[in-house]
Parts: sequence; structure tokens; C-alpha cells
Amino acid sequence: MNQFPKIQTVGLNGILISFADTMSEPANRAALSFRAAIDAADWPEVSETSTSLVSTFLQVDLVTQPLDAMLTRLHDLLDTQDWYTAPLPSGRTLWHIPTVYGTDLAPQLEEAAGLAGLDPDAAISQLSQARVRVLTIGFAPGQPYMGELPENWDIPRQQALTKSVPAGALIVAIRQLIIFTNASPTGWRHIGQTAFKTFRPHSDSPFSLSPGDELCFPSVSRSAFDTIVATDTSGAGGAETEVLS
Amino acid sequence: MTTTLTIVQAGPALTIQDRGRAGWLAQGLTKGGAADLVALYEGAALLGQSPDLAAIEMTGTGGTFTADADIRIALTGASMAANIDGEAIVWNASHLLPAGARLTIGGATTGTYGYLHIGGGIATEPLLGARASHLSAGLGAALKSGDSFPIGPDKGRATGMQLPRDTRFDGGVVRVVASMQTDRFTAEERDRFTATQFARDPRANRMGVRMDHDGAGFHAEGGLTILSEVIVPGDIQITGDGAPFVLMGESQTTGGYPRIGTVIPRDLPRVAQAPAGTKITFEFVTLEQAILLETQHRRDIKALPGQLTALIRDPATIKNLLSYQLVGGMTSATDNPFEKDT
Repeated sequence: MNQFPKIQTVGLNGILISFADTMSEPANRAALSFRAAIDAADWPEVSETSTSLVSTFLQVDLVTQPLDAMLTRLHDLLDTQDWYTAPLPSGRTLWHIPTVYGTDLAPQLEEAAGLAGLDPDAAISQLSQARVRVLTIGFAPGQPYMGELPENWDIPRQQALTKSVPAGALIVAIRQLIIFTNASPTGWRHIGQTAFKTFRPHSDSPFSLSPGDELCFPSVSRSAFDTIVATDTSGAGGAETEVLS
Repeated sequence: MTTTLTIVQAGPALTIQDRGRAGWLAQGLTKGGAADLVALYEGAALLGQSPDLAAIEMTGTGGTFTADADIRIALTGASMAANIDGEAIVWNASHLLPAGARLTIGGATTGTYGYLHIGGGIATEPLLGARASHLSAGLGAALKSGDSFPIGPDKGRATGMQLPRDTRFDGGVVRVVASMQTDRFTAEERDRFTATQFARDPRANRMGVRMDHDGAGFHAEGGLTILSEVIVPGDIQITGDGAPFVLMGESQTTGGYPRIGTVIPRDLPRVAQAPAGTKITFEFVTLEQAILLETQHRRDIKALPGQLTALIRDPATIKNLLSYQLVGGMTSATDNPFEKDT
């Protein structure tokens, strides 16, 4: 018997609907689509929703909201369609974020390319043409986990942590990319550098990305990057956007 | 003119806190807010004002404060030695701080987090809907000597009121409900967990509190392969070395370590306040029991204003009788600051 989707309580704070126990594109799609459906349903008991890689979380005050009634409604909503093949929510954004690959700004490109079975130029070509999705946001405010890259990028994390990579670093492991919100140690490899700020607390839109957004990381020269750094005051790092229908 | 509170001398770990910043989980930002929410409600009851107002959270030790006009203050949470211009004042009570007088708050004698509440609240500019510092997310900053803040308009007048102390500063039994990954731990492992006496590790902060114990670490089946999943405050994650870590309001939004259970909200201040070395044990309760316990707790919080009593002073020890409001702080059933907070 298929145990998914699985519904569980989370402390007294809410309800989790899991669509798998490993990462996969259909399960991530299900989590994003189901969250959008919950948000659209606008149930008064649900104060907040979020997604992790393959699950949807509903913040519900289980002290005051009867659980059984919520579970019935959740099962009914789950039964309305196959969430694993559901269309992704509309109104998402496609981002093009200028990226310097390699150089002293991103010193692990060659090493990562080798692990992916490519020479550096082929790696840059593949990465700058890839289009990835924000699978989830976490670890730091606004920090996206994006995927999935082609299978040759299923490379492991490093044994030892890199002491610190800067904010805006593009790092890679396990077919996923991350843009770092803040300078931080990491076991992922630093392959590119952007001037994109994922969290701008004093701006009108403090979080640049939303789960489900899609991104490309076109390769730019070091001098073009330096120009962006010198002239950008918004934190967008030269990014261009289009709305996905 | 706006009244200003100035920190003459800041202790090492002071931040502005309120009930936190809801609504940003999906964007990777946890709610944060005061480590001991009960203390926020007590401060609000003592000053007869909204529990949404911001206060100063003091970890371990306080500092020296002064204001440029008469203000009302209340002190709650971990007991700390406090005086106004050298005259000792009672903890868990409200007081008048005259303009220019110095309020000095020393080290904690019980508990970890003390709170300084101001009549009208600290009125800094909200950021993303709250005034609470969330240092791990880079919001706000630890307060420094010389910092000063605007204080909101104070509609109340009563001072010299106190609330009874409760036992949340002494460790003891912390109740837990099963959570997402509890069944990844065998029944034997869960029994051993609840039979173990833990001591709060000195490594504790607003993100999480590590628990020490003698004997083997705890382990989930398939321990380290769990996908990163949503965290709620009180989740007890078992880290790689087998030590339980109770996650607090300023944790990350998601985490990949397995969680053996979740501390119920009313017992989270007990975890936060336990000083290093304090004994703690965990006890599983059913979801139904947890709901009853929490319902009762919310009732108790609402009833806090009814627990207020006037501070009793010996007139012989009072240097200037007239500077004290001897009769005051009357509260009425229609003036409950928590009424709207259901």
C-alpha cells in the first residue's frame, strides 16, 4: 500500500502533508501545488503555510481547532486530483541572475566540474543553460534550494566544510544549487558568484524568491560582474525577471 | 515629546523582544520572539497593557538604564538583583522609575532570561511586522551601552503591583507530544529517553537548548538520512552525537535531524529558563492531554491580571513616602489587557 500522501500532526502547531520520503520532482510539484490549493481555499483555521522539499505544512492551532474536522477536509482536498502531476501554481517568476563561474570569486568550479564528469567550459555551458526551480526555502531567510540539475551533478557534499563562502555564492551538491543569503560555512562546492541578495529586510519585498520560482544563471564576465556590483543599489544583482503563466 | 530610555551600561546579551514575527515560515524566517512568553504576559499584566508591546530581554544579567521622564517599569522572568538609585526593588513587580534615576539590574539568581518592560512599550520602528530582534536571521542587534529608544505613550498609571512567582525556573518535568519522526525511534529508545535525567548544557541560546546526560546517545532508525523537514518551536532533535536539542523560537525553519517529540508550548519557558546544569526530564503526553494542559494554561494567562496584589512596604524603610503610590493599580474585570487576545 502506498503510504503517501501522509498526514501527521506537528506538535500542537499544525499539520504536515508529506508526498514522499525522498526528493523527487513530482513530490516537490505536489507539495507546491497542494500549498497553493490550501492558500486558495483560505480556511480560517490555517494561519500560515509553507513547503519543504516534498511536503506542505499548515500552521493550525490544534489547541482550539478540532483536528478531526480538519483531517476530513484535507482528505477531501487531496482526493480531488493527482497532485504529483498537478500544474505548478501560476504567477511564479522566472529569474535570470548574472553569474561569474570559477575565477578567484568561485574557486571550486573546476573540482565540481570534474566530479560531474565535465571540463570547466562544458560545466559552465551546462550550468548557465540549466533552468532550475526553487524546491524550498530554508536554513537562512530567503535562501533557496534549487533543482534539479542534470543527473551528472549528483555529486556528494565535501567531507570537510569550507570555512566560509560569501553571501550571493552559488554552490552545488546532490543535483541542487543554493544561493547563500549570508556568509556561512558549507559542505557544498562554491562554483559561481552572484550579486543577488535573497533577503533584503529593509525593502518593500524583503524576500526575493518564492518556492516554485524558476531560475537561470547566465554566465557573465568578471568585468560585467564588477560593473553590476559597482552600480547595483537594489540588491537584485542585475537580475531580470518574467512572470510565468 | 517622546520619552526616551537610555542604556547607560549594557549587559552582554540584551535584545528587544516581543511575541515575534509570524507569517514568514515559507520564506525561511522563524517567528522568534521572547524566549519566555509567559514573562511577556506577566509584564503586560503588571503594567495593564497589551502583551504585543516590546520589552528588553536580558540573558543572564541586565544593565543600567535611565529615562528622561518618569516611566513605569515591570521586571519579570529570571530574578535578577535590581535597584533604583541604590534602593533595592522587588522582582516580578511594577515600579515607578523617576526621570533621571538609574535602574541597575544585576545577574540572574534564578532562571536565565529576565525582562524589563516599560509602560507604553519600547517603540522602535517595526521590521517585517515586529520589533523582536532575530539575531540568527540578521534582524536587529544586541543592545549596546549608549543605545537609546523611544517609548510609546503610556495609558496606565498603576505601579507597586506584584505577581506570584511560579516554578518554571527550576527545571523538572517537561511534557512532550509525539511528532513527525517519533516512530523512527524504537519503543525501547523512547522509554530510555523518558527515563533519563538530563541537565541543561551551558551551550544554549535562543535557537536551541542542548541537553546533557550520562550514558549512550539516542538514535533513530535510518537516523541521518531524513529529508529536511519543517521545524516548530519545542521540537526535540537528536543530533549526530545522540544528544537531544530542544529547538527554540529562533531556530531555522527546517532541519534534517530526526525529532523524537515536541515540547508542548506551555513547558517551553521551563526549558528556556532552566539555568545550566538544572535537571530536566521529559514525559510523553497524548495529543488530547496536551490540548487540555494548553487550554488550562491559556486560561491561567488570561487570569493573570486577577493575580495582581499590591506590594507591601514597611513605611519605616521608605525614605520618601510620597514618592510611592501606596494605593493604586486597581484593575477591573472590564480592563483586562488580554481580552482581545483569544
